[in-house]
Amino acid sequence: MASTKYKHWQLKADSDNIAWLHFDKADSGTNTLGREVIDELSAVLDDMETERPRGLVILSDKPNGFIAGADIHEFARIENIDQAREVIRRGQGVINRIARFRFPTVALIHGFCLGGGYELALGCDYRIADDDVTTKIGLPEVRLGIHPGFGGVARLPQLIGAPAAMNLMLSGRAVSARAAKKIGMIDYAVPRRHLHEAACSLIQKPPKKLTASGWKAATNHALIRPLLARYLRKQVAKKAAKEHYPAPYAMIDLWAKHSGDSSAMLYGEEVSLARLVVGETAQNLIRVFLLQEKLKSLGDKKQFVPKRVHVIGGGVMGGDIAAWCALRGMQVTVQDREEATLARVIERAAKLYKKKLKKPRLVQEVLDRLTPDINGLGVAQADVVIEAIFEDIDAKQALYREVEPKMKAGALLATNTSSIPLDTLSDCLSDPSRLVGIHFFNPVAMMQLVEIVTAENTSPEVAAKAAAFTRHIDRLPLPVTSTPGFLVNRVLMPYLLEAVVIESEGISAKAIDQVALDFGMPMGPIALADTVGLDICLAVAETLSRTLYKDTKVEVPARLRALVESGKLGKKSGQGFYHYPANKKSKAEASNPGKGEYRPADIQDRLMMRMINEARACLREGVVSDAELLDAGIIFGTGFAPFRGGPMHYIEAQGVEQLIKKMHHLHESHGERFNPDESWLSTT
Amino acid sequence: MAEEKKQDHVKPVKKMVRPVFVVDGSRTPFLKARGKPGAFSAANLAMGAGRPLMARQAFEAGDLDEVIMGCVMPGPDEANIARILALRLGCDKHVPAWTVQRNCASGMQALDCAAQSIAYGRANLVLAGGVESMSHAPVLLAEKMVAWLAAWGKARSIGAKVKALGQLRAAHLKPVIGLIRGLTDPVVGLNMGQTAEILADRFDISREAMDSFAVRSHHRLAEAQEAGHMSEIETLYDTRGHFYNADDGLRADSAVEKLATLKPVFDRPFGKVTAANSAQITDGAAMLLLASEAAVTKWNLPVLGRIVDSEWAGLDPSQMGLGPVHAMTPILKRHKMALDDVDYWEINEAFATQVLACLAAWNEPQYCREELHIRGVMGELDQSRLNVDGGGVSIGHPVGASGARIVLHLLHVLERNNAKRGMASLCIGGGQGGAMLVERV
Repeated sequence: MASTKYKHWQLKADSDNIAWLHFDKADSGTNTLGREVIDELSAVLDDMETERPRGLVILSDKPNGFIAGADIHEFARIENIDQAREVIRRGQGVINRIARFRFPTVALIHGFCLGGGYELALGCDYRIADDDVTTKIGLPEVRLGIHPGFGGVARLPQLIGAPAAMNLMLSGRAVSARAAKKIGMIDYAVPRRHLHEAACSLIQKPPKKLTASGWKAATNHALIRPLLARYLRKQVAKKAAKEHYPAPYAMIDLWAKHSGDSSAMLYGEEVSLARLVVGETAQNLIRVFLLQEKLKSLGDKKQFVPKRVHVIGGGVMGGDIAAWCALRGMQVTVQDREEATLARVIERAAKLYKKKLKKPRLVQEVLDRLTPDINGLGVAQADVVIEAIFEDIDAKQALYREVEPKMKAGALLATNTSSIPLDTLSDCLSDPSRLVGIHFFNPVAMMQLVEIVTAENTSPEVAAKAAAFTRHIDRLPLPVTSTPGFLVNRVLMPYLLEAVVIESEGISAKAIDQVALDFGMPMGPIALADTVGLDICLAVAETLSRTLYKDTKVEVPARLRALVESGKLGKKSGQGFYHYPANKKSKAEASNPGKGEYRPADIQDRLMMRMINEARACLREGVVSDAELLDAGIIFGTGFAPFRGGPMHYIEAQGVEQLIKKMHHLHESHGERFNPDESWLSTT
Repeated sequence: MAEEKKQDHVKPVKKMVRPVFVVDGSRTPFLKARGKPGAFSAANLAMGAGRPLMARQAFEAGDLDEVIMGCVMPGPDEANIARILALRLGCDKHVPAWTVQRNCASGMQALDCAAQSIAYGRANLVLAGGVESMSHAPVLLAEKMVAWLAAWGKARSIGAKVKALGQLRAAHLKPVIGLIRGLTDPVVGLNMGQTAEILADRFDISREAMDSFAVRSHHRLAEAQEAGHMSEIETLYDTRGHFYNADDGLRADSAVEKLATLKPVFDRPFGKVTAANSAQITDGAAMLLLASEAAVTKWNLPVLGRIVDSEWAGLDPSQMGLGPVHAMTPILKRHKMALDDVDYWEINEAFATQVLACLAAWNEPQYCREELHIRGVMGELDQSRLNVDGGGVSIGHPVGASGARIVLHLLHVLERNNAKRGMASLCIGGGQGGAMLVERV
């Protein structure tokens, strides 16, 4: 018996009268729990109540996974608390019905099983997962500024104890099948070939259901909860401020208040989550999620399927780009003139792989894909050649002239330059339309954004291939024009330089950084400059102030130049604005204590408005094609406080008038560099 | 007797059925074992030589028909190391691979097997060579200890465990050093150094002769490195930020007076063979790409040379060092060549005295008559054409790899000197010799 009356679900009964409920969301590559899907599931469950099967197995027909979670696009459309509560109730409703079935129920998991997907699985009596590395199980809601709402906060602490459950939900971390089995999130992690058999066996001889016992159960006790909650709040406060990120705090409160009382808990989830969903943080984080999806859609993986990458230049950028590409499955050759440089590339790569992959066999596999290539033999076979040598036009051109004739037809020639206009570089090529910028950020393994830089003469096909390549290595492509600094460095630089100016006015580096952290930046500007390297900052600043900022009279602060001249280059030299003790355990200290904690009221505005003003100029000049991409680029490229949704969104939220006033004020007191970009004027 | 029987019944064909070409080759630097496991496992050494070699080919690793590696002591995770190499090189699953073991000539055995596959028309393109990470040679538990562990595993009750513990003796804990056992002939009960001592005695080779041979080996390697004659070496990179681009056992300042101060290590205290006039215990890999004429044409491959003939011979294990003359003599006879007809020679330097003994044997009427069954003598080999860029004493002798190294280097020497014919040979622990005749086309 197979019913076909549903669009997204398919119910099949086998000869043992076990019902197999297949989820295969129509017109989608991924299973998500949207309104239509949940309504249909509810109807399926109606059928099941009359048919009374021996057991129910829920599984996915999608190759990529079980269920990726709730439908974020629907979340973004929620307008008010009532709507949100209705959506949550509906989801909770079906899962509760599954939980109440008298016959055994099994969730059969492969690939990702996240958020609402795992909450559905939590509603089943048993959970079995494929032990493949692609299996990822977790409740990542907190990353969108919300918390689980389909019973996750209610059920997970009961299943595995509060410490492990709260750790998972507060971090939003997804775990492998084996790890999930170890902490009790699932009953079995088995090879894919045993999934079917395992489900049948559990239904035919249902064992006792898993639940937290012993000390784990005790952590949910009413006497323990307040203590543990206090500890958890302290831990969370170290990572996220309550006013910026309310969700983790709400989650702890919820658990502390209601744990063990299932109906109160579910009701609490509903009320608390609804409030969060319509809140500013969640809406902005959901927006960031959708922006990320948009960036992803800019590269079409099918259009270009590169296998071999050749990176020229084994410095920090080139080496790390090569290492990253190999980690993402490419066959990589990395070329440099110095064996010592290549040796450091391999050393850093091995460190990265050990951290990411842990198992020596997997580390070896990736290292085997990363070949030091002093003679540049890889060029001839490469699908993508990335040049990442030092910023020198003559050297780069000489290299292109040598490389171009050796390259395969149709292979991509890309430069990682951060400051030289592409058309300047490409005029030495026999086909200048071939050169594209693929600009990575440091550290490559952390920074998701990659700027796809095109000059006017760059062929659109080449740009599309570059974006496709970027997706193949799991980075986010942002198309930008080849104007100095492109987008990210250009908006970062005024912000960094302003920080340096403030520091030279006698405000301590620590105080300045704290102001930026308070705004929600992931790292203060002074610490960032030290990390990037002051020599590099100076070089970029000089390039930009020669070309871009010459009208706005942006000068490179003397303090920056002085530090570089005295060999204080930041973290790498042990001394920049901060002093970095060789012993990594002791903290970095500001080399110039300035006026201690003192910070004038306007320095946050000075920092942020410089950045925002420059962002507006970029948009006006068409460095990126629209405001969404601008926000996306600045969030993923600079770490601009994600819960603020990006600078353009921030302007909207704060009110244009208000910010123009700020600009004028700063202009008066601090000079030309705060001259509002002309685009401000057209908005009023 | 055995030799006579062979002479009577085996008539090897003079030429391979199909010609076998060497089109390219590479090796790692040979890294001296320094007491603890070195930076590279055998499989990683093999990758270090194989990966750059494959990277510069016009074909893909998957186009190989076969991978054959010689290796004497692969690590516990390296069973059939050739297959591990093939898969890690990206040969894809369908390329078969196998590992051969003929002690010190394993690398040459791999070449011979590959050559036969090509000659018979079973393969067109074969990656063959050898690898050894002697510094990673296994250290084993004594058999008594293994038996004790089995008993311990069975002991369930506390009483039984206490009893088992009471039976554990300090002697149980003495490890078995795999390397030492591997370099000892279990049939005649001699280690390789002692077989060299026997040859020194048999041919009256002085300590000074061996030491000056060793010094010459180092000086020749030093000159070759200086002149850039070791171009087949591919730099190795470890994961700790180090690189290795040259054979590191070289002592360029080696001098006879210094060597004279060393004590004998095998026959103590009156022997003559010292650490300095023996091959170094070393890690390394060497490999060659062998191709049929069809493959050469198909991929437009450059030809380094041709494998013309090879020979394996057996002799008294206690004089295994003379193996080369037993293997080379039949080849020379088959091709009606005198010593002067061969332009360059590589005789692996397992021991300085062993190479000198080979030369002496060829020049001694009695040995030639009784052991090699030739009239008169082979004659005096011109040492200026022998091991011209150093050998095992200076470069090192990773047992599985040396056979491939000397053939590869010989081809480079021929090319450099625009010469035609070369002979490579090794002595083999257990009483054998192997030889391979190559020529430039």
